[in-house]
Amino acid sequence: MTPEDCAGGVPPAVRLTGISKRFGAVQANRDVALEVAAGTIHGIIGENGAGKSTLVSILYGFYEADEGRIEIAGREVAIRSSADAIGHGIGMVHQHFMLVPTFTVLENVMLGAEGGALLAKGRAATRAELIRLSATYGLEVDPDAKVGDLAVGLQQRVEILKALRRGAKILILDEPTGVLTPDETDRLFGILRGLRREGVTVLLITHKLREIMAVTDRVSVMRRGEMVAHRETAATTREDLAELMVGRKVLLEVSRVETVPGAVALRAEGLTWRDARGVARLKDVSLEVRAGEILGLAGVSGNGQSELLDVLSGIAGVQEGRIVIGPRAIDRAHPAEPAEMRAMGVAHVPEDRHRRGLVLPFEAQENAVLGYHHGPATGTGRLLDLRALGAHCAELMRRFDVRPANPRLRSSGFSGGNQQKLVLAREIEQAPRILLVGQPTRGVDIGAIEFIHTRLLEMKKAGAAILLVSVELDEIMALSDRIAVMNAGRIEGTLDRAEATPHRLSLLMAGVREGEAA
Amino acid sequence: MTPLPRWVELGLLPLANIALAFLVAGAVVALIGESPAEAMAVMLKGAFVYDGALGYTLYYTTNFLFTGLAVSVAFHAMLFNIGGEGQAAMGGLGAALVCLALDAVLPGLILIPLAIMGAAAFGAAWAVVPGWLQARRGSHIVITTIMFNFIAAGVLVSLLSGPLMRAGQSSPQTRDFAEGARLPFLHDIARGLGFPATQTPLNLSFVIALVAAFGVWVLIWRTRWGYALRAVGHSEGAARYAGIAVPRMVIVAMAVSGALAGCMALNEIIGAQGRLVLNFTSGYGFTGIAVALMGRNHPVGIFFAALLFGALYQGGAELDFEFQTITREMVVLIQGLIILFSGALALMFVPALSRVLRAGAGSGAA
Amino acid sequence: MTEVWIDLLRILDGSLRLGTPLILCAMAGLVSERAGVIDIGLEGKMLAAAFAAAAVASLTGSPWAGMAAALGVAAALALLHGFACITHRGEQIISGVAINILAAGGTVVAGIALFRQGGQTPPLMAGERFRPIRLPGAETLGDVPAIGPLYAELISGHTLPVYLAVLSVPLIAWLLGRTTFGLRLRATGEMPLAVDSAGLSVAFIRYRAVLIAGLLCGLAGVFLSTAHGAGFVREMSAGKGFIALAAMIFGKWRPWPVFGACLLFGFLETGAARLQGVTLPLIGPAPVELILLLPYIATVVLLAGFFGRAVPPRALGVPYRKER
Repeated sequence: MTPEDCAGGVPPAVRLTGISKRFGAVQANRDVALEVAAGTIHGIIGENGAGKSTLVSILYGFYEADEGRIEIAGREVAIRSSADAIGHGIGMVHQHFMLVPTFTVLENVMLGAEGGALLAKGRAATRAELIRLSATYGLEVDPDAKVGDLAVGLQQRVEILKALRRGAKILILDEPTGVLTPDETDRLFGILRGLRREGVTVLLITHKLREIMAVTDRVSVMRRGEMVAHRETAATTREDLAELMVGRKVLLEVSRVETVPGAVALRAEGLTWRDARGVARLKDVSLEVRAGEILGLAGVSGNGQSELLDVLSGIAGVQEGRIVIGPRAIDRAHPAEPAEMRAMGVAHVPEDRHRRGLVLPFEAQENAVLGYHHGPATGTGRLLDLRALGAHCAELMRRFDVRPANPRLRSSGFSGGNQQKLVLAREIEQAPRILLVGQPTRGVDIGAIEFIHTRLLEMKKAGAAILLVSVELDEIMALSDRIAVMNAGRIEGTLDRAEATPHRLSLLMAGVREGEAA
Repeated sequence: MTPLPRWVELGLLPLANIALAFLVAGAVVALIGESPAEAMAVMLKGAFVYDGALGYTLYYTTNFLFTGLAVSVAFHAMLFNIGGEGQAAMGGLGAALVCLALDAVLPGLILIPLAIMGAAAFGAAWAVVPGWLQARRGSHIVITTIMFNFIAAGVLVSLLSGPLMRAGQSSPQTRDFAEGARLPFLHDIARGLGFPATQTPLNLSFVIALVAAFGVWVLIWRTRWGYALRAVGHSEGAARYAGIAVPRMVIVAMAVSGALAGCMALNEIIGAQGRLVLNFTSGYGFTGIAVALMGRNHPVGIFFAALLFGALYQGGAELDFEFQTITREMVVLIQGLIILFSGALALMFVPALSRVLRAGAGSGAA
Repeated sequence: MTEVWIDLLRILDGSLRLGTPLILCAMAGLVSERAGVIDIGLEGKMLAAAFAAAAVASLTGSPWAGMAAALGVAAALALLHGFACITHRGEQIISGVAINILAAGGTVVAGIALFRQGGQTPPLMAGERFRPIRLPGAETLGDVPAIGPLYAELISGHTLPVYLAVLSVPLIAWLLGRTTFGLRLRATGEMPLAVDSAGLSVAFIRYRAVLIAGLLCGLAGVFLSTAHGAGFVREMSAGKGFIALAAMIFGKWRPWPVFGACLLFGFLETGAARLQGVTLPLIGPAPVELILLLPYIATVVLLAGFFGRAVPPRALGVPYRKER
């Protein structure tokens, strides 16, 4: 309790000092300090893996800090569980929603704040409160709708309503815009400003500079588990923040290799694809990738990019439309399994290396042949040749600088960057004619990012046709020759790198086509 | 959590869990008013020392080997096959049908391989249906295999009290197979080679089971199919990415699992009994779960676990003679405790152990 | 006409009686699984409780003491299941198998140690059992046409556990649908993260669900050995716990449909018993064994989605891990 806290009158809504948290070998937070003034929108920005989520999870009682102090409104508190956090007036909107999909909005909002042993009374009271909150903050949503049936943006509102219903005075939002369209994002920001007007303190976690500039009052920057700077938003610039985030001058223009694109290596024509529930995830998608070029596929995540990669790599069957690779046309009547795709020279670095690209409990040498286990790397006999397997993996590890270079180590024991390098090594070493790459640098440390980007450019120079899917606009802009933008399962437009500005791209990402913008 | 060293994970931890199971069983014996040490001694003597004891122990071991291997193969694909009972029962039916139909016309040398195939095929078929239902229709394999156990039992009752019942008898069993349709007893083989041997039900199935164990090891750890199977078990998403047809893998894994379980019938039906009887599976299918768990789904581990259970069964029978108040059902209790401690509570000691190890490492470094 | 009516009533009466352990166990499974904990140990808990009830009733002469012991034993096994699956995040199916085998072995071991009758308890005297309860007016109303026999045959004259079983259905339906605890329990089975982030303890909710399941199985055991039967015999649960599991799935994890499934399965059992040795026109001897298999076959077919879909709670069988 330091008296000078109160010198300015109102104590800060949140004050963290000396917060440290370690997960095994990873120091997620190191001696972090943060002060959030009451009634402001405070941003925390940092790259993936900078420790932002860990920090707010500690504040919300999901994790317990190894060390450090938490003060809420000037009083030191102990937060050991979410219940403690809620008791101190903290609410949180998680990156992945914490909603019961089979429940109604009303039931979800009630959960944990039912007001008595029986539901009837609390139901009425919550309904009244929902009406009041929606009037005050513009948070309209049908209380009796089943949450699983709602659009993502509306589900997020339910999360906010849940927090407010519990009397949250401090609202944490963890990467709230990752799943939203720009339009929904704007509406969210409107709601946040409304909350600020009513005296709620908002803590916004993001890795997007645009959002920090658009809505926050102050911003704190995290890098590699540490808090590196605090700024008044009005008194800083995007370049300044970007530099703080990565810890050095960012080269916005990576030295791209100019090549003359060759023939079309991969063509998709009118792909439409529905998921098991019959929802169309891809709508009439057509695109071409030429040898020696990188086609960037931009878009907010969840707009069909994952499904497109699945269909192009053969994991999901073609339903409507067709894929043409050389002389081979793949359609519903002539499907191609992933094995055949690989045989045709299509390699695939999947978006999710934990659930797709690697079998985590497998040894590195087993993962080094995943998808190619019928190929020569496993030996020529009827049985697996473990020695060949180990030698193959050791070679990949040497060439791609995977550490530790131990082929017998379980894959879960490698860091994110080294796991990704292993996947990339496996796919690139096949010398594919077509390379499908999803989120190549997600959760990867900076050094590895540069390595991976360099390798992709080398592949392009060697004449491979590369389809690069990324939600990081900067990555797309830095590497691509042409950029296609996906929104709601469609390709909204394709721009040459030269004519692609962030502004034009984000219009397309929002589904506003050329010429429609006012 | 940092992973434990291998010697702890594969050695200390399983031993601690089994020790705990025996400790609790000992406490029960003491509670009943008998001496746990004495009971243990009786069981050990019964299992290994008495004339012919080892033969009986290995005879039981054979059953556990087959059912344990069956559970483990499915488990490598993350499938819980608790339908070993039903698959073994159907395996018995398959072997019996072959023998009943052909034992008058074919010599043993041809008939026995056919009967083995019959057992494996029927066991596999009885497992493939739940496998197919899980792979293609999304039915939970645990529930379906449980239901299939009951259905198999019902089918066997119907047949053995109906069309297959021995003529002129009212007990639910088939007629005896011809002598040539039976797997040779190992004591006969030993005597044939000039060694004296006590008569026990131990028969050639034991050797077949050992061969099966080696085969499973090769299949799971040294073939591309086994690689794909383990990939499916660890991560379905990665398996699909790798171009492995997951539904087909599920079905084939269940087929192999069911065939192994079905082969348990070799030991009982064309080995020891020489006819199809009711309830010959008597819980071996369920115990297979314990065997696989204890053996950590590795054939070597499964062999030792099967041997332990074989010894328990044979030694447990000895309890009936020596004590008034404890019987062979004590073994069922121990079996339950082993499943509890090395299965459901397998990780109970992990936090404490890693604390101890870390403290040890810390003080060692300091 | 009246004879057919009375015959029908007798069959329904039998269905209810044979359905009672199914109802209690299925409700137990329902509460546990709606909270996300698979319970294939219904059979074992019921068996252990049946033994405890008969053993203590025989030793003390009081069925009530037997009931208390049965509830205690079943609750203890339920908590063991919870300890393994909730606290230590063990495999729920393995834990259930362990409990079934423990009960199968433990009851006989304890039975022999206590009574030396090969694992049975001594037959229970009238005063050591729950007797049928004649509801008031059953005698006098019995002669009223149609309704009289309905009251006398079907509604009156059951033992206490039967009435408790029937009562358990609206009670569980109310608990799940109308109470705060029920809302939280259902949320735990669907999306435990939501429960945790609401500041509630997933473990505590699951423990309570598992405990309720244990108590219900305990009642089922009481019914078997001290109400329906007169003493414990080894393996007396005879797979009823698994039929209850089937009924729970057949009723799609909802109380009233599950109740209906239990009655249906009880009806099949009664019908099969009545058809024993009867020759049917066209078919010949009644296929009693096949009729008894119908619950299992029906469940397999239902699970396969050939008629309707049975969607289990989303988080069923998934241990909840809270990072620290």
